[in-house]
Order: sequence, then structure tokens, then C-alpha cells
Amino acid sequence: MLKLIAATLGMAAVLPAMAHAECAEVSQGDLSISAAWSRATIGTARPAVFYVTIQNNGSTEDRLIGIETPVAGMPMLHETVLSDGVASMPHADQISIAAGETVSLAPGSYHGMLMDLNEALTEGESFPMTLQFQNAGTLTIDTDVVSIREREAPCAPAP
Amino acid sequence: MRPRALILGGGGLILVLGTMLGVGAWRSGDLPWQQEQAAISGIRAADLGAMSWQLTSHEGETVRPQDWIGTPSLVFFGFTWCPDVCPMTLLNISDWLEDLGPDADRLAVHLFSVDPERDSPAVLADYLANFDPRITGLTGTPDEVAHAAQAFDVTYRRVPRDDGDYTVDHTAGVFVFGTDGRLSSIIDLHEDPQFAVPKIRQALNDEG
Repeated sequence: MLKLIAATLGMAAVLPAMAHAECAEVSQGDLSISAAWSRATIGTARPAVFYVTIQNNGSTEDRLIGIETPVAGMPMLHETVLSDGVASMPHADQISIAAGETVSLAPGSYHGMLMDLNEALTEGESFPMTLQFQNAGTLTIDTDVVSIREREAPCAPAP
Repeated sequence: MRPRALILGGGGLILVLGTMLGVGAWRSGDLPWQQEQAAISGIRAADLGAMSWQLTSHEGETVRPQDWIGTPSLVFFGFTWCPDVCPMTLLNISDWLEDLGPDADRLAVHLFSVDPERDSPAVLADYLANFDPRITGLTGTPDEVAHAAQAFDVTYRRVPRDDGDYTVDHTAGVFVFGTDGRLSSIIDLHEDPQFAVPKIRQALNDEG
């Protein structure tokens, strides 16, 4: 009986971990980036998207000023803005990450728009993305490509 | 006059002036909430029965607004080259349909393309194959799309990009129409699902 309880408890602890693998995380200076993901594309004509979580553990602001990846000729930072019910997607010159704050590039908000794709993005694969910061320099993270029907990273941010 | 009376008198005068200004603004419809109300009532007047557009579905069928009368319907505006807002809306709608259960089968759901140059019926079909099969795509010639968008009082504009390509700004809400073809509500892009699903249910229940 005790064994059964122990096994059940053990399963309960393991199951959530199986459902959400821990995200890859890359740190440099005061910054940590994790949960980088993108959606599969249909061919190469349509732009792909890039989402990521950026944590600033330092005491000074940093800014994301650019992104670069071998999969797209023209990756840019954009922000989805709603004005009078109309959605537009202006270019974001820089994205501020205040001291001690976490900023997510996430659906309906800031995102990377990957134009001029060199290859179609396939579910289950991954590609490198290099983020340029004003202070922390460049960080490269492996980006998971998930189904076109997903709305979040396939992993949970590291605790 | 004693100082206290002066203060009271002055206060009264300000109150009267303030009220007059306020009434003036109200009568001329200049208050921000009045303008918002006017915009909403313009859209609220949207009535499928009074519209006259004609579009083509992703399956190549001709669709007219009168086809939806008698069926509660959802309509949203987007394009398949849109990387962020449109997949998000399609996923939201898929979630709502799931939450509604079998009732969702009584709904007509349409993605109205605001990018007729790229979104042909075949291109729409290719894209929609990845989402809930109950979502129908609509497109047409640029003139047909412009005419239909005007009937819904929907805004869209082509925005050129640096590399010669373009994107499209567009109205982001999901329009909910009742069985009578009249607009029942609009679900905003960032609306909490706990409010979205009851809005659709309302249109379904009005079926009578």
C-alpha cells in the first residue's frame, strides 16, 4: 500500500514535468533569455513569427535592439498595436527591459517578424536566433518550432 | 460681503459655468464617450439583411450576406500573411468553438480576407486546412472586398514595407451576428474568453 502511494505521488510529480519540458535558457551579463518559440510556416512566402522571454536580473535597464537568424533574410522587431479597434504592426526600434523586469515577446504584443524566409519552418525542428542588446551584447538561443495552432512555448520557463 | 459668502458665491458661479460648458459639450456630442457611442451605434446598425456584397469562399462557392440569415454567425477580418494577430484570433475562435461544444455546429464562422491580392480561394484553403474545419474563408476581387468591408464599416489599409512587400492594418474584433442578421456584439482581440463565449451563446440562444 505504501508503495502504491509512493508510486502515485511519484507519478504526480513526474507528469507535469513531462507535459512541459524545461525551456532552454541562455544567460549573459545581467540578462537571461528563455522560452524561444516560433510557429511552423506553410512554405516560405509568408513571414514567420518569433517569441521569447527576456529577464533582466541587473540594476540597470537594457534594450533589445535587433534580431538575426540564418532562417530569414529580414528579421525585424514589431509590436502589435490596437487603435480604435484596428490592429497595426509597427516596427519596434528597441524593446526596453527595465532593471529587475521580465519582458515577453508574446502573441498580440511584441514579436519578431521573420521575413524573406530561406526555408519553411517545420514543426518539431529548431533554429538559432541571435538577439542583440545594447548592454549585454549578443545572445543566441535555440528556437523551437511548434504547430501553427500553438499559442505558447512548448516548455515552461526555468524556475 | 463676508469672505465666506464670497467663496460660496464664487463656487456657485464655477458650478453654473461648469454645468453650462458640460451641457454644451453634451449637446454638440463632443464628449469622448459620446463619440465612442456614436462609433459603436454605427457598427451596431450593421445588418446582414441590408447588405448587398458578394464574395467567394475558400471552397469556391459564392457567398452573400443573406445566406447567413437564420444562422448565428461570427465574422472576423484578417489575412493569411499576418504572423501574429490572425493566428491568435483563429486560435481564440477554435478555443471558443471547443468551449461551446455541440452548439458550435450551429454557428457559421468566417475569416474575411482584407488582402484579396494574395488571398485567393486556393491560398485561403491551404491556410485554413491548419485550423478548425468549421472556419470558412472569404475573398473576392479587390473591389468586391472593398464593397463588403464598407458594408461592415470595417477599416483596412495596405502598409508598404521596406523590402517592397506589404502588410495590412485591419479591424481586429470578431463580429457576432444573431439569427436575424443583426449585429449582436463584438469580441475584442484581447477579450477574456470568459466574456467571449457568453457573447456567442447569447447569439445562439436568441435563435428562439
